[in-house]
Amino acid sequence: MKNLGAMFERFGGVNLLPVLVAIVAFVLIGAPSSWVTLTIAGLAMGMMIFLMASGLSLIFGLMDVLNFGHSAFVSFGAFVAASVLAFFGAWLGGDSVFLSGLALFLAIAAAIVVGLLGGWFFERVIVKPVYKDHLRQILITMGALIVAEQIILAIWGGTPTSVPRPAFLEGAWIVGDVSVEVYRVFAFALGLAVYAALALILNRTRIGLLIRAGVENREMVEALGFRVDRLFVAVFMVGSALAAMGGAMWAGYQTLISPALGAEMMIVVFIVVIIGGLGSIEGTLLGALLVGLLGNYVGFLAPKMALASNMILMMAILMWRPSGLRPAIK
Amino acid sequence: MSLLSLSAMKTSIGQYAVLHDVTLEVPEGGVFVLLGRNGAGKTTTLRSIMGLWRPSPGSVRFRDRDITTMHTADIARLGFAYVPENMGVFGGLTVEENLILATSKGKFDPVRLKRVYALFPALEKFWTKQAWALSGGQKQMLAVARSIIEPRELILIDEPTKGLAPSIIDAMADAFREIAATTTILLVEQNFEFAKALGRDMAVIDDGRIAHRGSMADFVADKQLQDRLLSLSA
Repeated sequence: MKNLGAMFERFGGVNLLPVLVAIVAFVLIGAPSSWVTLTIAGLAMGMMIFLMASGLSLIFGLMDVLNFGHSAFVSFGAFVAASVLAFFGAWLGGDSVFLSGLALFLAIAAAIVVGLLGGWFFERVIVKPVYKDHLRQILITMGALIVAEQIILAIWGGTPTSVPRPAFLEGAWIVGDVSVEVYRVFAFALGLAVYAALALILNRTRIGLLIRAGVENREMVEALGFRVDRLFVAVFMVGSALAAMGGAMWAGYQTLISPALGAEMMIVVFIVVIIGGLGSIEGTLLGALLVGLLGNYVGFLAPKMALASNMILMMAILMWRPSGLRPAIK
Repeated sequence: MSLLSLSAMKTSIGQYAVLHDVTLEVPEGGVFVLLGRNGAGKTTTLRSIMGLWRPSPGSVRFRDRDITTMHTADIARLGFAYVPENMGVFGGLTVEENLILATSKGKFDPVRLKRVYALFPALEKFWTKQAWALSGGQKQMLAVARSIIEPRELILIDEPTKGLAPSIIDAMADAFREIAATTTILLVEQNFEFAKALGRDMAVIDDGRIAHRGSMADFVADKQLQDRLLSLSA
């Protein structure tokens, strides 16, 4: 048993978990083509969830702020992107890949801008007065989520909004008897690029160094002469923008979105952040991929269990590692 | 004029007053030692100076400037360095990253870096290692190195010898002597042997009040006073 544990650590430790899940699923599913389709869907979903969750993890890690309103940015990102895409509907329908690509770019950019501005407002007005008080943070950010939902209802209405997609992201590639949806590959690639950029910033720049140090010990960073509260506003804005970007991608993935989207995603996002370990980007990615993969496999194997599977996963992981898979060192 | 002056400082944590009335003048230069039993308020005094806890009422003045309500980061920028009791080393960062964060511009002054290497050779050896993997003594060296990687006016050090092996304590004493030649150190200690070899001036804090203030030489000579103020049986 001990040897097995040592071998597990040597070959990547907890990083292996998504691979293990995929292998077990391969055996259970039996049909390779279905398995490939589900795996790609799971990875794409995982990456989009990662976008939504990464900011939350850093926000909690750096300032100990529990932001239950985080998923409001997911909603806003989704709806703003949907509106921008609908506005450029003619470009999306046309033959020009450039124009439909531009429309997509503008939609995601608009979501990011809304996330940045909304994040700034949210931090200054709602979160700042309740630093260091978890109970009030939960109450006020939950309240803000409800308000955000109502704002979306007022602007976009209660009926589900359909989200047009650029033509070049429609359809699927057929490889042998496996069909690979183009949008899923795109979502995965974009998520991976964002992860790489975040990892680079956190590990190679002075701001990133300050964030990592601040997550570990905020007081000491301040005693070294840095205003963590000012840094936090920036992290909050970027985190909210990432959530909005995740929402925009999610909208394109679902193609039909409703105002309840934010509240639905909030649970998943919190599960991911908790099993990944608070304050660490690597942990969040790991948690997101696990949740994405498991959700798709279970949805295929035992559809009734799909909702419960994430909760069971969280419980199992917390019993094994109470502070998550890869928490930031505290 | 003293470098740092604390007047009538009362600091409470929640509803519990830890410091009742701390008034103290710390002169410029050398090592000033603040002694006291467990729970007497030594750490709280340092934290109140750094703005990590707020005295109320009471004031902290540095070079005749009131810093009582200043933000911790701004106090640090005045030239304060703080080495907390738990060392405050960032475990997920390498030794190099820990030190680079302690520089204001993100660049090392080669002369100062050489001096740090000379004082603590272990740090050069483990330069690219993550700090959680260091031993307790090495972490303490890193914490102290962080406080001297740039010129500082005042270094606050909280029980640097706690849990360290005697050989490392000796090395630490040498380092402090060298540092104190150019900077003022306010040292909080329980280890009297270590403190008496370093301190020029000293004070004893007891139950949140300054119980004694004088020169280290006089205090060392007065066994009765030591017994009364420091021994646990008193």
